[in-house]
Amino acid sequence: MLTNEHIKNKLVEKFGDALTNFSEPYGMLTFEAPKDLNLKVMQFLFDDAELRFQFLTDLQAVHYPDDKGRELAVVYHLHNLADNIRIRFKVFTSIEQPDVFTATKLYESANWMERETYDFFGVNFIGHPNLKRVLNVDEMDYFPMRKEFPLEDQTRVDKDDEMFGRGGTYN
Amino acid sequence: MSDVLHPHIKLPEGSIEKQTTTLNLGPTHPATHGVFQNILELDGERIVSAEPTVGYIHRAFEKIAERRPLYQITPLTDRLNYCSSPINNMGWHLTCEKLLGVKTPKRVDYLRIIIMELARISDHLICNSIVGVDTGAYTGFLYVMQYRELIYEIYEEVCGSRLTTNIGRIGGFERNFTNTAFEKLEKFLREYPAVLKEFENLFTRNRIFMERTIACGPISAERALNYGFTGPNLRAAGVDYDVRVHTPYSSYEDFQFEIPVGTTGDCYDRYLVRNQEMWQSLSIIEQAYKKVQEFKGAEAEVYHADAPEYYLPEKKDVYTKMEALIWHFKIIMGETEIPKGEVYQSVEGGNGELGFYLISDGGRTPYRLHFRRPCFIYYQAYPEIVKGAMLSDAIVTLSSLNLIAGEMDT
Repeated sequence: MLTNEHIKNKLVEKFGDALTNFSEPYGMLTFEAPKDLNLKVMQFLFDDAELRFQFLTDLQAVHYPDDKGRELAVVYHLHNLADNIRIRFKVFTSIEQPDVFTATKLYESANWMERETYDFFGVNFIGHPNLKRVLNVDEMDYFPMRKEFPLEDQTRVDKDDEMFGRGGTYN
Repeated sequence: MSDVLHPHIKLPEGSIEKQTTTLNLGPTHPATHGVFQNILELDGERIVSAEPTVGYIHRAFEKIAERRPLYQITPLTDRLNYCSSPINNMGWHLTCEKLLGVKTPKRVDYLRIIIMELARISDHLICNSIVGVDTGAYTGFLYVMQYRELIYEIYEEVCGSRLTTNIGRIGGFERNFTNTAFEKLEKFLREYPAVLKEFENLFTRNRIFMERTIACGPISAERALNYGFTGPNLRAAGVDYDVRVHTPYSSYEDFQFEIPVGTTGDCYDRYLVRNQEMWQSLSIIEQAYKKVQEFKGAEAEVYHADAPEYYLPEKKDVYTKMEALIWHFKIIMGETEIPKGEVYQSVEGGNGELGFYLISDGGRTPYRLHFRRPCFIYYQAYPEIVKGAMLSDAIVTLSSLNLIAGEMDT
């Protein structure tokens, strides 16, 4: 039976000190990898006869604007369906050069997930076959999920919302 | 397949005209059952390539959720897969409970399972009957609608609304199930098996239906896994992955049920898997209802966890007691303690593994919330599935994959 401890040992044995910040929030093994190693880590997790993390559950990004040099985190959730164990790993990148290698060669499912991540955070996935926006319009020139784009101020009064049941003559 | 690469229409040498036809399927075509577009390249009636476009009803839920306290996010989850919104609501409550460390009583778990399985039935019912409509059989669709209506009446009894339910609270339900709710549930359990049987009689061995769906839109287990398929679509390809069994939540481990699997992953197998799952759901509901009836005394009245910091106080107290009113506002406005942490919680939604990835920095709103929407992930396989198929098969495949635009576009 595969345990978090065993996975961690195998990863440390293979990659040494490159992988950092091992933790287990709510039981899921979580760690960080340097961004140029993300594919190697994934390939190892995919190919190893014991680990077999061959199902990409989820891929998305998080923006930490205060963390200089590592503003964007790409988070991978992998699942070993045979032993039924999940892990999560993160890759941090700077926002000036948000280049991360694509996982589409390993997982077809990464295609749209990476497009979505690009769409909302501007992570540039190197080697992606079709890296363009997926949910937003192509003409959009910013990445809306980044923290510098606040949602509209709910108390603003300069907007005519009459057609939506607010403001106007009904106010 | 080779005729796909060599179109039938032979143009003279050096002609600049295209040999294929471009067809815009959608975004508002009635046959797409949702707002999404497919740009198809057709050679005669065969599909050379398909390019799906999504995002027409993108509503930025993930961004909006970053400003909302936990309770105000529940209505957002309704609008993901709106054919089975209670599952989404419960998934969200389970995520919050995991983060907050709230332990729900068994009776709540069982009541939740009843509601979630009803939602699964209504979801599969719509999907399968729509496959029927797209293959030319409208009767089944109209016939089963009255039982979806009955399911909606049960939701209505429990939470007051029907389609976008906003059902439940962190730690339980907003009120105990009324007798009417249980009566309607009994009526459903009594009458629905015969209806489902008749529905199956109508389709399963129907020659036209079989001809239209067998070998239509198949996918192998290996490709399905690589494409991130989950739910009935993956099981139809032969992989017995079900979140309810692999990562049990809400006490699913207390129940006996089977995971139906198919072999070829075509539209017919998907239809069969969904039908079998409805039988399994019925059995789960029966077991859960029996377990609910076994509670005696005070336990039989429990409908929420004892978590006053997160569970809203009763309305009658809110209107009459100062303390309750204060707590009501504190909870609604997100002024209660929320621990730091990151949580991934998934539930078996109507069309696959619905995941919630929540990062909390201890503030009143999530720092980041991501929804893993199953159909967004598996829809990217569509061009591969329909390549070389007839146009009419593409329509059947589209509805058989159970694509819900609301879920795809968040």
